[in-house]
This record gives sequence, structure tokens and C-alpha cells, in this order.
Amino acid sequence: MSALVGTGALIRLALRRDRVLLPVWVVCLAGVTVATGSAVGELYGTAESRALLATTAGGNPAFLALLGPLHDSTTAGGLLAWRWGVFGSLLTALAAMSLVTRHTRAEEETGRLELLGATAIGRRAPLAAAVSVSALACALIGAACALGLVGMGEGVAGSVAFGLGFAAVGLVFTAVGAVTAQLSATARTANALAGGALGAAYLLRAVGDAAGERGPSWLTWLSPIGWFEQLRPFAQERWWVLPLALGLALALVTGAWVLVARRDLGGGLLPTRPGAARAPRSLGSALGLAWRLQRGMLLGWALGMFVLGGVYGAVARGVEEMLTSNPLLAQLIARMGGSGALVDVYLASILGVVGLFSAVYAVQAALRPRSEEIALRAEPVLATPVRRTRWVAGHLLFATIGNAVVLAAAGLGAGLVHGLRVGDVGGQVARLVGAALVHAPAAWVVAGLALALFGLAPKLVPACWAVLVLLLVLGQLGPLLQLDRWAMDLSPFTHVPEVPGAEVSATPLVWLTVVAAALAAVGLLGFRRRDVG
Amino acid sequence: MTPAISVSGLIKDFGPTRALDGLDLTVRTGEVHGFLGPNGAGKSTTIRVLLGLLRADGGSARMLGGDPWRDAAALHRRLAYVPGDVSLWPNLTGGEVIDLLGRLRGGLDQKRRARLLERFELDPRKKGRAYSKGNRQKVALVAALASDVELLILDEPTSGLDPLVDAVFRECVEEERGRRTVLLSSHVLAEVEALCDRVSIIRGGRTVETGTLAELRHLTRTSVTAELAAPPTGLAELPGVHGLEVRGTRVAFEVDTGHLDAALGALVGAGVRALTSRPPTLEELFLRHYRDQPPVAATR
Repeated sequence: MSALVGTGALIRLALRRDRVLLPVWVVCLAGVTVATGSAVGELYGTAESRALLATTAGGNPAFLALLGPLHDSTTAGGLLAWRWGVFGSLLTALAAMSLVTRHTRAEEETGRLELLGATAIGRRAPLAAAVSVSALACALIGAACALGLVGMGEGVAGSVAFGLGFAAVGLVFTAVGAVTAQLSATARTANALAGGALGAAYLLRAVGDAAGERGPSWLTWLSPIGWFEQLRPFAQERWWVLPLALGLALALVTGAWVLVARRDLGGGLLPTRPGAARAPRSLGSALGLAWRLQRGMLLGWALGMFVLGGVYGAVARGVEEMLTSNPLLAQLIARMGGSGALVDVYLASILGVVGLFSAVYAVQAALRPRSEEIALRAEPVLATPVRRTRWVAGHLLFATIGNAVVLAAAGLGAGLVHGLRVGDVGGQVARLVGAALVHAPAAWVVAGLALALFGLAPKLVPACWAVLVLLLVLGQLGPLLQLDRWAMDLSPFTHVPEVPGAEVSATPLVWLTVVAAALAAVGLLGFRRRDVG
Repeated sequence: MTPAISVSGLIKDFGPTRALDGLDLTVRTGEVHGFLGPNGAGKSTTIRVLLGLLRADGGSARMLGGDPWRDAAALHRRLAYVPGDVSLWPNLTGGEVIDLLGRLRGGLDQKRRARLLERFELDPRKKGRAYSKGNRQKVALVAALASDVELLILDEPTSGLDPLVDAVFRECVEEERGRRTVLLSSHVLAEVEALCDRVSIIRGGRTVETGTLAELRHLTRTSVTAELAAPPTGLAELPGVHGLEVRGTRVAFEVDTGHLDAALGALVGAGVRALTSRPPTLEELFLRHYRDQPPVAATR
């Protein structure tokens, strides 16, 4: 087919460009999977401890919402599928969709695809090449995980199902990325749309999993991440779930296949309307420009985090209900500080996840100056009387105050929903917004690190994303992997008080803020002294 | 009067490659100065140093009486810049970009903005990503020309413009002559020839020639072809005559402008039937510099 001419050459080009990125994704995901598998197997070494875990985790809506159901606790593989399945799927999906966008829309946006498109390259070749490379990455991630698990001594069927499960989620989001890359004219929007789909997939299964017998548990079936759970690796695998994922991926890729022929190179399918001929009064300063460039992302994140907080908040009441239905457990908990304390532990742990997510936003916001610089849009602004520090500071405001807004939105969502269910909206909103905001200084530290790299070593800026993945792994798996104290202490989030429930002491928060400010100052000084462009 | 821009011995390295290798440039206040050079000669690098975006590794640069690196923000109040590669924000309209850049510079002339939009036939309501290269260039040009500044720095401003818009651009620069200082980087020779009072030619990060067009022409050769009554004698021995071709009574040669008199004398001696002589174009000047001399430094 002439539309596919050149696909092979483009695949080779993509593999050449990603010769570091691809192996890193594969090795990291498989490595974390195997490490977590052996850690979780050791931690619950005895049959009794596994049985106890099954009764507590299996019926606890909080665990269900965060991690999904525990189908079989008798093997390390079964425990791994529960402990790491959802987060591993999330990361695989993230890798897949960012790969597709990177090789389709981002190339088109920068005009590089035009250079290639004028050579003997078919109209659909870039799409086909990007999807192939991403599918290859998913297959490699799945194969590496399966091999690693078999190497650990887990059952072959379960290991293969586990690997295929990750690969299937990755394939679906490869296809999602392929579609969103056709819809919008910028890579940023394409990633945001695909990220929204990923967030929806996570939330649908969170609600479905935590819903219980009478609730809308069917929601899990609407989510590709839910399909990983329903595949039940290591728990009488249900292989027939896999075709669901393959079917959806195929349908979406077909959609992208049709769409790519219907639009112009460089154009999107979402319409672009003519805008204002004059700039509004607000668009007249560095800060005004930063607001204009960042407000969409801030709004999207705030909305998403509000919904996430709401979903998590909705589950909190269930934690209490579970306790009343299990008097033995309730007695135990009462001795430890009461059911209120258990709800607080749950809320604190979900706010920990929220805090980490907010750091992703903070880094995105803090790195906007770098993407402006790369896109050659910094130059015309810095050739006006705007000072360099002021230009960066405008964006930094979003990484700090914007981050607080995003956190507050999550706290508000959780507080509203939980408050409505326990009949104390005012109190819960105030409590949870406060508890969410406690994470802001830790997120600022990560944003500060991003800014320091921007000022001192701009070429190393992509390392920020590796740091974020590392923090996610540390936060989610650190205690499980029994990492040394100093390793855990590297993460700023380790130092955040576990509120609600714990005492809030100002000292760590002040220190985190000081470290963040110092990093930001180093970044600003570095940027003042270096070449732009 | 101090020159608007005075650069001497400017050096800039990017890692192991030397982009500027002792470059000199003087732009007098009120003149339109052409900054000529082939791709990669260091034009944009020089301009970025002047804008304080890059830090020079050696030499000195003064602009509008200040230091381009230290006094960047203060100097930028008095200049407008059109980059060679205009990249617009995808979600801002052209009109918004013009207003934004104008306001950042401290305000722009509304009447002039409206007139320029009309002259350049630019629709300010389109979003950044919907503009073609030429139209993006127009957005930057309107933003620069509509601001009230004393110095315009234009980096290959007409690349991507069609001939009609190109003509509008030349009119606009013509109107600015004497009122503002213009540094116009270009490799379009006709444009420089038509617009510029003085020219600096650079190559491999060094200035190879600078002066008014008349001065530069003085340094160069006139092409002569003639139909003579008899084969010429002694022409080949004359100093300053180059590339002599004789075919019977037809001769063609180039002669250094300083030796034109003697060469014509030799032709008259042989009896002239027909004569065409062409003054050197900037093109020839340019070609000669880039054909005859090997590059002096690695280029960016």
C-alpha cells in the first residue's frame, strides 16, 4: 500500500532516536516488577499472614480503590498482581502513549515530519511506524516482566498472563495516543487528552472495585486497567479478557488510520476558530503571558484532582462500614485508636498519592520556560525589557501557588464527598484541604530541582521525569521493598506529616520549603548567567 | 555621535566550534546597515550576543551606549527585534502577539499598528499555529515596526515573504530611514543593495568587508566586453586586468575599478566597435569573497 511506504525507515529512525529511552522503560518496569514480587513474597512469608492479608485487603474498600482486588494471596505472583498491577499498568500506559505522541504529533508540530513527508513516505507511514514502535515497547515490557517472574519461580501461566496484561494495557493506550494525536494540533494537547483518558480509566476501576456487591462494580469493566485486574494473573487466569483489550486497541488504531487521511499535515480535527484581534488587558506582562500559557493546564489538573479526591473520598465511609460489619477487627482497631483513626490512615495514604500526582503538575509548570526556550518562543520575549528572572518567576508562580491550588482541589473533592456521607461537610472540607496542602512543600522541592536543572544543565531537564517515576516507586513500594531509611529520606514526600491523623509539626515543612527555595534560587541564578537558545 | 552598535573582536564559542572569530561591526546612528553573509557565517549569533541572549567569550560589544549583556533589559526598551525563525504561541492570535510584544516593550503606536496590518494584509484573528511561515514573519514585523523604538534589529526579515509583501517591507524600511537605526541581516543581495546605506560582509565569524556600497564597489571589478577593430595588444600585461578572454576581435575581461582608465586606453588603441561595461553588483562582490577565500573558521 502506497500510504505505508517508508514505514520501515521511520521505525528505524524512531528506534535510533529512542535507543536510550526504550531500554530504560523496559528495564525499569520489569526491574520494579520483579523486585516488588520478591519483596511482597518475603513480607508475607507465611500462609497465616497471607490469609490475614486476604481478609483485610480483600474487603477493604480503601485498598480496593487504591490497588484493586486481591484475587489470590497464596502465591507471591498473586500478591504482586494486586500490589503492583494497577500502578504498573498506569506506567506502561504512560510510556506507550507518550511514545506515540512523540513520534507523530510532536514531529508534525515541529515541522520535522514535513521534511520527511516530502520524501518517499506514505501518508500513514508515520502513524504506522509510531504504533509499531510503541507496540514493540509494550511487547518487550510484557515479555521482560513475564520472564522475570518465571525466573523468580512463579507459575508460567500466571507470569505470562501478567506480562500480557501489562502489554495489553500498553497497547490500548498506544491506540488512544494514536487517536488523540490526530485530534489536536499540538503534542501538549494530545498528551493531555490521552492523559485524561488514562485518568478516567484509573478512576472508573477505582469506583468499580470499591463499589462492593450492590454498587456499580460493572464500572471496572469499562476500564482497560480494570481488564488487567479481570485477567486475574496467578488466580485462574481468564484469558478471554485479553481479546477485549486487543479489540479496543484495533478499533482505536483503525479510527486513527481513518482520521489521518482526513486531515492536513500539521492540522488537527478539533476546529480552530478565529480569535481576538486585540490582546485582552491582562496579556501585557511576563506574568500575563505565563497565565495565558498555563491556565488551561492548571484548570485541567484542578478538575481532574477534584474528581480524584471525590472518588477517594467516597470510599472513606466504606472503611468504617467494613469495620462495623467485622466486630473482631473493630475491637482490634478500637484498641489501636478507634475506627476514626483507621479512616484517617486511609485518607492520609490517598493524600500521599495525591501529593505525588501534584508534583507531576508542579514539574510540568516549572519546565514550561524550557519548552518555550526549545520552541524558540523565549527569544522574542527576552528581547523585550522583560528580565530573565521575571520571565521564569511568572511560570514559577504556577509551580508553587498553582500546585497548592491543585492540591486544594483534591482536598476539596475528598472533603465534600466524605463530608456529605458523614454529615460534616464544613469540618471535613477544612480538614482535608489542609491535609492536602501539607504536601505542597514536598512538590515544590521537585519543582525546584527541575528549575535548578533548567538553570544549570538544561540538556538534563528530561531527568526530572525519571526522578518523578523514582519518587512514585519509592512512595508506593519503598516500605514494601524495605529500603534503608536514608533511601526513603531522599524523597521529599517521606518528610511530609501523615495527615489527617498525625501531628503536624512545622519543622519539616519549613525545611522542605527552604530546600525548594534554595534549588529555585540556584536555577534562577544559573539561568541569568547562561546562554539562551 | 557614538555609533548605535559597535562591536570589535567579538568571539563566541559553542563547545569546540568557534562561531564568532574576532568579528567587527559598527552601525552608525540613523543608518540602515546591511549585515551580509552566507548561512552559518555567524549573523544570528552576533545578533543574539547584541540582544544579551548569548554571552560573548571575548572582544567587546556596545549597543546604544550600554553593555548588551549587563544592561539587557534597559536596552531592550529602546529596540525591537524580528527573529529569523519566528515561532508563535499556538493558542495566541497574531493580534494578541503583536499587542503582547508591544506592551512588553512599553507600548505601541495603535494607528501605526492598524496601518501596518492593512499594508501587510495580515489577519490578526488567526491563531499562531494557523499562520504560514510568511504570515508568522509578518506578525513579528508588524510588532517591531509598530513599536516606538530607536533601533530595529531584523534577522533575515524577508525570508518566506512573497514579492508583493517584500516590496511593502522595503517601503516601510525606506520610511524609517533617518528616523531609526536599522540593522538588517540578510543574504538577499538585492534587498541590501536597495535598502542599505552601509554594508558589513562577514564570513566564518569574521568581518571581511565593510563600508558604503560605493566604497565597496571601488574595491571591486568592472566587467567589460568589447568588439574591437583589431586584436588588442598589451591588454594582458596591464595591472588589474583579470580573466581576459580574447576570441579574434572579441574581448571580455574584468578590471579592478582603479585600473579602468588604462584598460580602456588599450581598447581605444585597438579601435572600439562596440562596448558594454557593467558596474560590479553586490552579488559579484559577495561571490568573490566566498569563492576566492577559503573559510577561515568552522561555522555554526
